Parts: sequence; C-alpha cells; structure tokens
Amino acid sequence: MKKITLRPKDKEYMFLDADNVTPDNFAGKTLDEVRAVEIYEGNRTYALGDYFDVIGETDPDPNEVGVVIDGSIPKVKYIGMKMSAGKLLVKGSVGMYAGGWMTGGRLRINGDAGAYAGIAMEGGEVVIDGNAGDYLGANYRGDWRGMKGGKIVVSGNAGSDIGEAMVGGEIVVKGNADLQAGIHAHGGKIVIEGDAESRVGAQMTKGEIIVLGKIGYWLPGFIYKKDDQIEYDGTQYAVKVYQGDLGEGGKGKLYYAEA
Amino acid sequence: MSEILVKNGYVYDPKNGVHGDVMDIAIRDDKIVDKVSPNAKVIDASGKVVMAGGIDIHAHVAGPKVNVGRNMRPEDKLFNTSKRGKFTRSGGGFSVPSVFETGYVYSRMGYTQVNEAAMPPLLARHTHEEMADTPLIDQSAYTLLGNNWLVMEYIKRGEKDKLKAFVAWMLKATKGYCVKLVNPGGSEAWGWGMNCVNVSDPVPYFDVMPSEIISGLAEANEALNLPTSIHLHPNNLGHPGNYQTTLDSIKLLEGILPKNGKRDQVINFAHMQFHSYGGTTWKDFETEAQTIADSINKNKNMTVDVGFVTLDETTTMTADGPMEFYLHNTNHLKWANADIELETAAGVVPYVYSPKISVCGIQWAIGLELALLIDDPMQAFITTDHPNAGPFRRYPRIISWLMSNQARLDRLETLHKVVPDRVAIGGISRVFDFYDIAKMTRAGPARALGLGDMKGHLGVGADADVAIYNYNPKTMDPTTDPAGIEKAFTNTAYTIKGGDIVVIDGEVVSKGNKRTIWVDATNGAMDPAVMDDIEKKFLRFYSVTKNNYPVQDEYVARGLVIKPEVV
Repeated sequence: MKKITLRPKDKEYMFLDADNVTPDNFAGKTLDEVRAVEIYEGNRTYALGDYFDVIGETDPDPNEVGVVIDGSIPKVKYIGMKMSAGKLLVKGSVGMYAGGWMTGGRLRINGDAGAYAGIAMEGGEVVIDGNAGDYLGANYRGDWRGMKGGKIVVSGNAGSDIGEAMVGGEIVVKGNADLQAGIHAHGGKIVIEGDAESRVGAQMTKGEIIVLGKIGYWLPGFIYKKDDQIEYDGTQYAVKVYQGDLGEGGKGKLYYAEA
Repeated sequence: MSEILVKNGYVYDPKNGVHGDVMDIAIRDDKIVDKVSPNAKVIDASGKVVMAGGIDIHAHVAGPKVNVGRNMRPEDKLFNTSKRGKFTRSGGGFSVPSVFETGYVYSRMGYTQVNEAAMPPLLARHTHEEMADTPLIDQSAYTLLGNNWLVMEYIKRGEKDKLKAFVAWMLKATKGYCVKLVNPGGSEAWGWGMNCVNVSDPVPYFDVMPSEIISGLAEANEALNLPTSIHLHPNNLGHPGNYQTTLDSIKLLEGILPKNGKRDQVINFAHMQFHSYGGTTWKDFETEAQTIADSINKNKNMTVDVGFVTLDETTTMTADGPMEFYLHNTNHLKWANADIELETAAGVVPYVYSPKISVCGIQWAIGLELALLIDDPMQAFITTDHPNAGPFRRYPRIISWLMSNQARLDRLETLHKVVPDRVAIGGISRVFDFYDIAKMTRAGPARALGLGDMKGHLGVGADADVAIYNYNPKTMDPTTDPAGIEKAFTNTAYTIKGGDIVVIDGEVVSKGNKRTIWVDATNGAMDPAVMDDIEKKFLRFYSVTKNNYPVQDEYVARGLVIKPEVV
C-alpha cells in the first residue's frame, strides 16, 4: 500500500467541503494532480494544495492507496465521501459528514467526528476513536432509506438520532448514546455498550438494538416479550427482549441488559 | 429581423406529409417562412433528424402540489444538481426539478411547449408565478373544474347556460387553457372521506354523478367552442379492474363530434395507462390495454396521453386526493394532502417503480401496449404524466422502446417472472418510425390542443419551433440501436424556440422567449346571474374575496390569449 499524506497548512478558513478527498479520487494521480483536486469554501472553488501540503505517493489501484491526514481538521466536511476502497486515516478530529455514502474501504478517525458521520453508508468501515456527533450513520434528510451496510465503531460517546432510518449494517458505540438511537429504523443493528438516553428505537419497524447500560425514558410502544441470553464480544449477557415500536406496528427488537 | 436556414435535414412533419425528405426550413423572426435572404444564418442539418418542437400535453411542472413535492423530497435533489452556467441558473431535482431546471431539460430534449395539467383555481397565481420562472418553453395550464361546487350545482339544476358562463369566467380568472377534470366528483367526496370509483357513484351532498359532470362540462366546452376538448383524469385511477370504469367514461361521449374544426376529439383521456388495469386485486393484476385500445380505435373523437411507467423512483402528485391516500397506505411512504376549499383536493406521495416488483413491470408493459395497439399515433401521445409514472426526462428512453422491439424484449426479460404471463407486450412486434414519433410528440398534441396551425409542424406560418437531433435515419437503425436513440433525443444538436436558438449540442445558449397561452371565452357568454352566484360563494365560503381571486395580467409571462369564435 502506497501512502500519501496531507498536512494541514496554517491557514484560516470558515469551513471546507472536501468531498474529493478519497483514495478512489487520488488513485493514479501524481502529487501535483492531487494538489490540484478541487475543494470548496462556501461557493468558491480552490485547490487542495491551497490548504494542505501533499507528500508521499499514490497507486493506480485505489485499494492500494492509504491517505493520511496529519492533523486535526474539525472544520473540514465530507472527508471520505463515497469512498469505495483503500484506507483513510485522520490523525485528529473531522467535521461533518465524514465517510458519508461510503461503499467500501476503511476510514479511521483518531479524534472526534462531527455530525452525520457515515450518513447513508452502504459498505466499508468507519472507526472513530473519539466521540461521534448527532446523526451517526443516519439517513439523508427526507430519505426513508438510511445506512444500508458496513460497520461504524465509536470508542467514545455518540449524539442523538444515531442510525436514523437504517436498513442494514451495524453501529457500535462503546460509550453512551444520546436521544432516539435507531429512530425510524427498518433494519440493521445498533449496539450501545454504555447508557442510552431516552426514546430508544422510536418508530422503528425492524432491526435490532442492544443496550448494555441503562435506558432513560422508555417509549410506551415497546412491549416485553421474554428473557433471553445473548453473546456479544465474547461475553454472555442476560437480557430482556422487547418488541416495538408498536405505534408503527413495529417488529423491531430491543435487547436490554440493564447492567 | 433575424433569419435562419436549417439546411439539408431529414424532415419529419406529419401535418404536411413530409416523411423524412431532405429539406430546408427557413425561419424569419419567430415564424417559419417560404424562403430567406442569403444573409440568413445557416445551420447544417445534413445527416440529422429535423422535427417541429416537441409538445408535452400533460405534465405537472408548476404550481402548489409540484412545490409540495419539492419541499417534501430533499432527497430527490441529492446528487442531482447542476451548476450555474452562462445562460442558466443552478438547479436540481430528479423527479421534481426546480422550475429553471425544468425549462432546460425540456429544451435539451427538443421540447418547446409544456402544458401544466392541473391548476387549482384558487392557487392559479402561484402556478403562473412558477411558469413565469420556467424559461425557454411555452406553457399553458389546465384549470381544474371537475370538483368545483358551482359546476356541480349548475349540473344538478340543469342550468347549462350558467355552467357555460361560469366555465368561461373561471378560465379567464385563472388565465387557464382548458377544462380539466380530475377524478370528477371523487376528489370532492374525499372531503367526506369517500370517493367516486364508478361514473355512477353520487357525490355526497351535491347528489350528481361523475358521468353527469363529464357530460355537462364536455357540453359546455363545446358550446364555448374552446380550442381544446375537456381533459379527463377518469375516476378510479390505478386500481385493478378499473378498465370497466374507463369504458363507462368512454361511452359517455361516443359519437359526439367537436364543433371546433381545429381538432378531432371531444375528450382527451389523461394517462390512460393508469386506467387500463384488469384483474380484481394486485395478486391477479393484468393488462387490459387491448380492450381500451380497441375502444379508442373505434372512437375517433377521442385521444389519450399514455402516461408511460418508466421504472424509476419518482414522486406522485395529483388532484385525486383519495387515490394518493390509497397509495400511501400501499407503500407507507410520506404523504401530503391539501384540500383546496370549493375546488379540489390534492395529494403527494413518493413512489418507487421497482423493476423487481411484478405490478410495476406490468404497469410498464401496459403503457407500451396501449401506445402500440392504438392504430393512429395521432390519437396517442407520449407522456409520463410527469412525475407520476416517471420523470419527463425519460421521454428519450420511451421513444427508444417504441422504436425497438428488441429494446422492449430485453427490458421485459429483466422484470419479475410473472410479468410476461400477465401482459401482451412480448407478442407485439409493431415499431414506430420517426414519422410516428413526430405524430405522438408534435403533430398529435398540437392538433388535440387546437393549436395545429401554429405549433407542431414546419409549414409556412408555423411558429419557428424546431428540434434537430443527431441521428442519421439513413445510416443508423433505431430498431437495433435503442441507446443511440435515447442519446440523440436527450440532447438535441439544436433547439430553436420562437426563432431563437436556445440549445446547441445539449448546451443552453439563450434565455429564451417563453410565452404563456390562455383562453378568454367570455365574449357573449357572461350572465349577471352567474356573477351573482359567484359573488355569494365568495362571501359565504371562500377564504378570499372575489376581488382578490382572478389572476392579474402582470402575473402571466408574455401572455398569448386565444379568443374562440362565438358560435
């Protein structure tokens, strides 16, 4: 695998839209061509090289391209958007929409991710070592088809409305999640190892949510079905199984370990 | 004075019997003329297809429900946007594009007139505002009258002259072009949570039947000598077995001939594909296209626009409120409903015509069967009831299916396995040529709209609306080259609208000279008693006063008014 590094320059900007920063888009390009890749500030178009020093090398095969962003870029949005192959590592935090509409490859963020990380993702893997914002792995506004596949793992906490309208794939939050995890879900799997704040699984019709910590306020649309045992990450947990959201005639499953 | 000479193209002009002959088309200012001076700008059309500008007889492109569709579907614009150009504004949307985008996409396909198929009178001003912002194409809007309270009251009381006067007043007040009926009686019944699924189901409270509304308005339409006939979206749209309702609707006007010699029909059936369904439930759903086509073949005084299903994700929107609720209960996607006071009730629901679902595949086949089984292409027009059965940007693909049996068979093979058994498309080998396509998209719609002298042909005196397509009919074969046809019809080599070159090689190069066409038939038809009835309705029921109701002239973009002769 060939490594190409983008080092943030010491430059002021409002927010950048970096939807062209992916291994797919860098594959086969020379360093100068990568520097010329378009990046947007508001409605103006600039070159990637205006904001980042670019060093290293690329490979014609996107699977063999590893992009490293050597610094924290919390005001850069759409990093890794639509990426399908290769690896992308951010040695710090990123702005909104990181890994959105991803279909493959691996995106790792050493810091925090802004809202909408992994939005409408279809495949691949997003690993967030810090915290994730709201709408992690959620749907695009208005769309009834959210995350379709792939896996998102967050080591810290996640915000509200994670996995909204998800139809497939998996989200794992090792910390706590805020309000309405799995709202409108039609499939997929969400695991919250810590506590889940209120209204878990609101209006979900299918899919499963596992909460190993505590749930705040429960929705009335969840009905207790049975006690069960599940295995997660090599450990057995005694759980109560609930079905919901009955407000939608839902057949979603909520596994509650009540640690 | 500007002059253009389109040289050496293969011209297809059904009105004038020109069948692919190599001809020059001369243009002076905004009209087609006999000849031009040697100084005229020359466009080399050799090896290309030349037709009059396309006319869409039925599309939902402007007005309140289109805007509801835009608002409720942000995902429709996702990754479907275009940037601002030298002559174009930014825009976007796949199934419900923004107004500017609508004008650009139609122009690139060689269309020069698009008719908005359903304008709620109370919100006519909004419809005209959107049309004013839709560049490059001429437009008109159809005034919804099939569920209007006064219409139903006059019909109930048998007051034909008053109905005639009211229709004339409404067309003028809304700056509308024709009398449009959508689920007559049924959309009003929806206010009671009911519907009229047969033409004999009485409308609650008003106690008239859809059959009486259809006949009554058709009679008023002919008495006013309006340029086009009534346009009917029949009752019971989109339900298995609804072809019976359609046959009942056809029977109502059998044998009646138009007084206006500029057209042949007394009724245009909208999106007939949705009304040609057999079976009793979605489980045994099947085609009845043959039955409906036979009936249309017998009734030369009727036309249809087909409403082809294109197998895309789209946004349905219609002034058939109960139908949209039914659809929402079928697919459980988001639903908007809007009741327009004394006039109509619309709904909006997204819909995915999935090739994997048997019903969608059968719908796709029914549209094509209908077009191919109706003998005279001057009676069947290409539409998708945009965006209901598919977005208008798919017209080139529909044309490729109509011109190539192989393209249809290839598509049929990819559909759900039960589809071939429930449809007849596999056994229909008829293919259309460019002449037929010109009838279905130019000459036919123009004649049906009563605009046959002015639009849809390339004879001397016609509007200088010309589409030039990059396709050589002598060296290329549409029956084996559907992709080539789709490509050629998606982006013209040139589109000329009103003598102005608006598109070159798929690029918009002008801001155009759009016109809005409407009908003023009030001359000799007005009646003080009717004005009194209207006044009372406003005082008692409407949320606005009568003075604030009619659309002022300044809202109509470059209005072109047609005043029918009093007969």
